[in-house]
Amino acid sequence: MKSKKIFAACILIFALTLTGCMSSAEEEESDNVVYVYSWGDYLDPEVLDKFEEETGIHVILDEFDTNETMYPRVAEGAVHYDVICPSDYMVQKMIANNLLQPLNFNLLPNATENIGEDFFRQAQSFDPENQFAVPYCWGTVGIMYDTTRVDEIPDSWTVLWDEKYNDEILMQDSARDALMVPLKILGKSMNETDKQTLNIARDMLIKQKPLVQAYVVDEVKDKLISGEAIMGVVFSGEALQIMLANPNYDFVVPREGTNFWIDSWVITRDAENIENAHKFIDFMCRPDIAVINFDYLGYSTPNIAVQELEEDEEIRESPIAFPDHRIYDGQETYKYLGNSMDRYYNNLWMQVKVE
Amino acid sequence: MFRTAGMRNLFMTPFCLWAGIFIFVPLFCMAWYAFTDESGFFTLENFTLAFDRPYFKALMLSVALALASTIICLILAYPLCLILTDKARDLSTIVSLLFILPLWMNSLLLTMAWQTILEKNGILNQMLRYFSLPDANLINTPTAIIIGMVYNFLPYMVLPLYVSLSKIDKRIIEAARDLGASYMQTFWKVILPLSLPGAVSGITMVFIPALTTFVISALLGGGKLLLIGNVIEQEFVAGYNWHWGAGLSMILMIFIVVNMAVTAFFDTSHEEVEEK
Repeated sequence: MKSKKIFAACILIFALTLTGCMSSAEEEESDNVVYVYSWGDYLDPEVLDKFEEETGIHVILDEFDTNETMYPRVAEGAVHYDVICPSDYMVQKMIANNLLQPLNFNLLPNATENIGEDFFRQAQSFDPENQFAVPYCWGTVGIMYDTTRVDEIPDSWTVLWDEKYNDEILMQDSARDALMVPLKILGKSMNETDKQTLNIARDMLIKQKPLVQAYVVDEVKDKLISGEAIMGVVFSGEALQIMLANPNYDFVVPREGTNFWIDSWVITRDAENIENAHKFIDFMCRPDIAVINFDYLGYSTPNIAVQELEEDEEIRESPIAFPDHRIYDGQETYKYLGNSMDRYYNNLWMQVKVE
Repeated sequence: MFRTAGMRNLFMTPFCLWAGIFIFVPLFCMAWYAFTDESGFFTLENFTLAFDRPYFKALMLSVALALASTIICLILAYPLCLILTDKARDLSTIVSLLFILPLWMNSLLLTMAWQTILEKNGILNQMLRYFSLPDANLINTPTAIIIGMVYNFLPYMVLPLYVSLSKIDKRIIEAARDLGASYMQTFWKVILPLSLPGAVSGITMVFIPALTTFVISALLGGGKLLLIGNVIEQEFVAGYNWHWGAGLSMILMIFIVVNMAVTAFFDTSHEEVEEK
């Protein structure tokens, strides 16, 4: 009997602590805050300080390292975020699953004024009516190579299958980015859904595997800077950082085509601080803020006012920092292909990795 | 120790609460996901999945690498512990220093150190080049993963072995020698059987983390070698398929339970011997 009472008492205490936690969390929410969920190291901390100073809104920032880790946390409603920064196909997936709310562009004067129209047009491939997303960073994917150790400019994806570079090749470790490369060589879309074509792409990756030194994500930067590999598949923003650290490397976008990617700010359907969220997004689009972020990140910005404000002449004139996006007209952006196709891609990638 | 049963229960509750919230509830959640499909219906598909080619291959590779590193740990640790327990010199402080110190360091850090050592332009190859020796291509191979596992888990083999070897009553060994047993006979018939429980718990403590690791294989395998731990991580993180991930985790748990049953069997049979 006695033990039962103690047990009941403990349950009670436990329940009380839980409700205690909840009520304190609620109190915090009613404060002037905005919950932001963004890529790791994707905002200059100085910008956040400035935002807090000017608006008095406290930013609570969480970070993710892939779109795929971010998605379940938002979809399952485990944590409520106001503003998120997903990539193209993920924005589309979130729209499809009713996780986002349309933006009020009246509250985003800086976005309408400074974000290039061309980028909004490119964004229509995942946000058809430009209702949900404000582009934040964009770029391409290409080959970063050590100019001192190659004979010719590797401006074709096929160079990654060249046995000359055995054990000197770094590939991206994610299903979509990895399969994009053989699909482009085959002259197909990176949003291919024909299983036979996809299987051919998988077989090409399996054939390539012995030549690959490693499948990497963020490590690609360190590995190239230290000269571990001759070439690697990298995102254009990383390319600039690698070149600044190791001038031996150069970046080329292969002629078969590339992925024109855009990361955008969106507001979640369940956002509790909608006004603050708009203020945050608008602040990020202000030219003086965008330039601080750009200097910190090195990723190309869709903000057309930034190039003029950039102080470092070398960077201002660099075609890698400020590429003319028009040469990428007609390049594809990843699309959300539906749940079962997503799974098919992941399974193909798994088959490559266990070989 | 406690005056009344009530007192005892009171002191037990923190642990029971802990176990309930952090062990049984998560286990139940895992089992729930493992036995259901996306629409919430009962299914066994998540388990048969383990026999699909990619998953089965990853599972077999994990078992092979875990076995290899367990055997290497045993081969390294046993003679070492014999030397350390030699009563001629007191080495217990050295043991604690050498084998407990690395345990205070984050294993991620230790593994990253190995990455720096084994890389193509890493410390090892730079040393080899200095002596004009050919490069050793170790990074991103199974060997690199085994090295990482052995380094990370060796203390877990040494400590239980050291304890069980140092617990052996020296008079028993003296008696064996008195009665005419040779050194080798004393070892095979006296020391080895008495150290068995330590060896078995050492094997468990190395084999299970080696089987389930995904960090070591991710850092030292360069993403080219997929262990079952990496597959499960992928299913949860990249594939967003928690049902498959949970099913594979349950399969992995079967291995762990079998391993623990073997340990328990050796422990009890040893106690029986002692009682007799």
